[in-house]
Amino acid sequence: MVFLPELTVMAAGLVFFGLSLTASKPEVVRNTAYVFYTLLSLVCLASVYSSGDLFFGAFRVDMFSQLCKLAIALAALVVVIICGAHPGIKEKFFPEYQLFQAVSVLGLMMLVSSADLIAIFVALELSSFAVYIMVPIRRDQNGKIVFQFEAGIKYLLFGVLATGFMLFGMSYIYGLTGSTHMAVIAERIPNLLHEPVLVIAAVMIMAGFFYKLALFPFHFWVPDVYEGAANETTAFIAAAPKIAAVAILLRLASLFDIRGDSISVILSVCAILSMFYGNLSALVQKDMKRMLAFSGIAHAGFVMLGVLTFQTIGYATAAYYIFGYMLMTLACFLVICCISKNGDNVAIEDFTGLYQRSPLLAVTLLVALFSLAGIPPFMGFTGKFMLLVGAFREGHHVLVTLAAINTAIGIYYYLSVVRLTFCTPDENQELVTINKPSRFMQAISVALIFAIIYFGVLPNQFLNVMQKALALAAI
Amino acid sequence: MEQLLIHTGPPVLSILIFLPLIAVIPLLFTANDNFARKWTLVVTSVAALYSLRLLSGFDRTTSAFQFCEKHTWIEALNINYVIGLDGISILLVLLTTLIMPFCVLASWTYISKRVRAFMVCLLVMESAMIGVFVALDFLLFYVFWEAMLIPMYLIIGIWGGPRKIYASIKFFLYTLAGSVLLLVAIIWLFVQNGYSFFIPDMMWQNYGFTSQLLVFLTFFLAFAIKVPMFPFHTWLPAAHVEAPTAGSVILASVLLKMGTYGFLRFALPITPDATVYLAPAILWLSIAGIIYGGFTALAQSDMKKLIAYSSVGHMGFVTLGIFVLNQEGVEGSILQMINHGVTTGALFLCVGMIYERTHSRELRSATGVGKYMPWFVTFLTFFSLSSFAFPGTNSFVGEFMILAGAFSFEVGQGKFPYLALAAIPGAVLAAAYMLRMLQKIIWGGTDNPDQSWIKDINKREIITLAPFLLFVFWIGLAPQGFLNLMHASVANLLSQFAAHSAQGVTTVGQLLP
Repeated sequence: MVFLPELTVMAAGLVFFGLSLTASKPEVVRNTAYVFYTLLSLVCLASVYSSGDLFFGAFRVDMFSQLCKLAIALAALVVVIICGAHPGIKEKFFPEYQLFQAVSVLGLMMLVSSADLIAIFVALELSSFAVYIMVPIRRDQNGKIVFQFEAGIKYLLFGVLATGFMLFGMSYIYGLTGSTHMAVIAERIPNLLHEPVLVIAAVMIMAGFFYKLALFPFHFWVPDVYEGAANETTAFIAAAPKIAAVAILLRLASLFDIRGDSISVILSVCAILSMFYGNLSALVQKDMKRMLAFSGIAHAGFVMLGVLTFQTIGYATAAYYIFGYMLMTLACFLVICCISKNGDNVAIEDFTGLYQRSPLLAVTLLVALFSLAGIPPFMGFTGKFMLLVGAFREGHHVLVTLAAINTAIGIYYYLSVVRLTFCTPDENQELVTINKPSRFMQAISVALIFAIIYFGVLPNQFLNVMQKALALAAI
Repeated sequence: MEQLLIHTGPPVLSILIFLPLIAVIPLLFTANDNFARKWTLVVTSVAALYSLRLLSGFDRTTSAFQFCEKHTWIEALNINYVIGLDGISILLVLLTTLIMPFCVLASWTYISKRVRAFMVCLLVMESAMIGVFVALDFLLFYVFWEAMLIPMYLIIGIWGGPRKIYASIKFFLYTLAGSVLLLVAIIWLFVQNGYSFFIPDMMWQNYGFTSQLLVFLTFFLAFAIKVPMFPFHTWLPAAHVEAPTAGSVILASVLLKMGTYGFLRFALPITPDATVYLAPAILWLSIAGIIYGGFTALAQSDMKKLIAYSSVGHMGFVTLGIFVLNQEGVEGSILQMINHGVTTGALFLCVGMIYERTHSRELRSATGVGKYMPWFVTFLTFFSLSSFAFPGTNSFVGEFMILAGAFSFEVGQGKFPYLALAAIPGAVLAAAYMLRMLQKIIWGGTDNPDQSWIKDINKREIITLAPFLLFVFWIGLAPQGFLNLMHASVANLLSQFAAHSAQGVTTVGQLLP
């Protein structure tokens, strides 16, 4: 029973594999995907309170992991729905595409449950390899085929590099503690706190997840992959893996519980550089997905504020923040998918006058972007604020001030998108036609707006549940 | 917690905050513009009438916060939903609730497209504005303070004039950039006060002088931009000129007051030493604002710009009154906040009415309408007289008290009569630019455009303006009732301030010859 969510995804993967062998209609594949991800979300919801250890303790099921799985399942469900007709993917690759997505979801779900370094590695690779293939699958239009292959190669190479770092770090940990099992490592680490090699090992292991989270200096792939991959793939990459990455980072951070030490200095430096790099680069972007890519880098920096407090409440806010980030990103991509013509990329200018063509989409975008910018009463503000408070309490005064300044920088580029959305277009300007959102899409966008506001105004429940889950998950 | 008088009975303040917000819901499900207008008018009127309950229940003899409510909000960080009212904020809350129905009336025909969305923005604005004035938890305050930007941004950005995009972005970025560091200061105060965001606990704590200076500077940046004080005022004319009438009225009447309210509520009690230390500088900035606003207003040919710059001058008087730090000054400046809300709000309504007819804000195209719009110019005349503080009108009382306070301003051993003397030309300038505008609108010259087609204001417009006129004379002739409301709170504020600012006074005293 404790393994049920994973089994469901595996079953989905097998079904998609079967579908790929036959000449199945795209609608069939799409509907199967809807059904499976809805089912998966329900299964995850039902198994929130299950707990247990599997596979000789390498796989640990607790409330924290199940909540993360639920978030991943929901993200996948929303991605499948908002991409609708999958205009960015060739029809004959539909089943395969869904197969890879299911495999990647499986990998991410296993990742959040891993309690052993080897299991972490295997799960991470499983999720990454599927995405390596998803990135270059994109309908080649206007001879832009080079584009997505560049993205694919970049994603692959940086991924492999990060994995290399991680394995190297893991080997150090194994050398120091003589075990790959996290519970054993946690016992032995307190005696090794003065070893400089431990710092190197910890940072290197974390590097593997910095890559998934797109934190400086492992961010180089992000803009090109976002731009090159199909809109649906980007939406998936932007939402799901980040949840898993934060989840596992929190587990690792609780392992290396050393406040005020060189690890936290390294993390702060990465966080600050990430924010400045992301925000300053986003200022000049013309392509919406590229802008979101850079903003994602900046947000990764913010999440690190929670990680480097090395406290449960800090971890809970980091989880809150990344969950909020997922909702906001999905809301942005919902609008992008509705605007995009045949799955092409969307320039920021294409949003001109969106408000007059579809008020609901415009409001969705407004809420998502203002939330990303950190304006109350949305989730982005509440999360950012709690992260700042947590970091300030731990004495990171300079870090908090710089982060606050970054918020001000960020406002500008989010606002310039909102500005275009709500301005009146010139008469002679050619407007991009929008695919009228279906009822289903409208429902999703209302739900996303509601969730962003609801959790933003009333974060109490979420935090309490998350703190409880983290306390249970303490290794 | 002893400063709080927890309110029993219906939660008046919460109802005032959330009533407009809940009233948004029906607007989302209707396509009928007329219904939207009427519904919003009804809701804002109900809120206005209901807010009068505050007056009857308000205890004028205590400086404690009244009508308080307290609920846990975010447990993990000890953030509570605490709201309350004292003599400093009650008039501002009433100003907000009372002015909203007239904003709806003023937009009745002015806003012709996307009416529903506009009304939604107005209602959300009302919630946020009331929230700012009653929040007693610093985070709650910050949430309302920032959340207000979104509807205001949309009001300017969607329904504004030709340069609305520029104006709305400038407004948004200026205000937000100013308050970002305020957030850091809030967190610092939170950590200093045993992890609490409760505002009364943060007051009168004798923080170290350097920390006070830093915190004060973040306060100053956030609030001075909002006021706006010279030289942070450049967003104001742009926003005022481009905003639709209701937007201008809200901006002038309520939003600008948030800055000065912030000084009174936060800067004085939390950082008294720094306040005393920096008061001379701020006073001279206020004087600069008064003179600068006056001269610039004199040169404007755009009526809205003229009134916008006059606001810079009037708000200079308000900050002058606050930072002379004595009873007359502070009470005068609170009264002047209300006066400016009434008078300038009404002037923007007047300009909006002309604009609806001539579709131009240029003074040139509105010259000589006195012959055809007798009702209109009657109102305009009284509001203009009030604007330059003609005796018998509301602003006279406010400005007189502020100047009286400025004459008796002293810090350490020094007295500064120059200060009040320097502000006097501002009062003269106000008369100059207002009379100039009045003369042109009523009579004009020999080259007036043909205005014979213009209709005088209708009943709806008269109903919109009449209450403003009532308050112009009510405050002008019988201000004591208004002053009584704030007296206890101001007295308490200043006596506490005197007790806690000794160090700052000594420091300043040494610097002065």
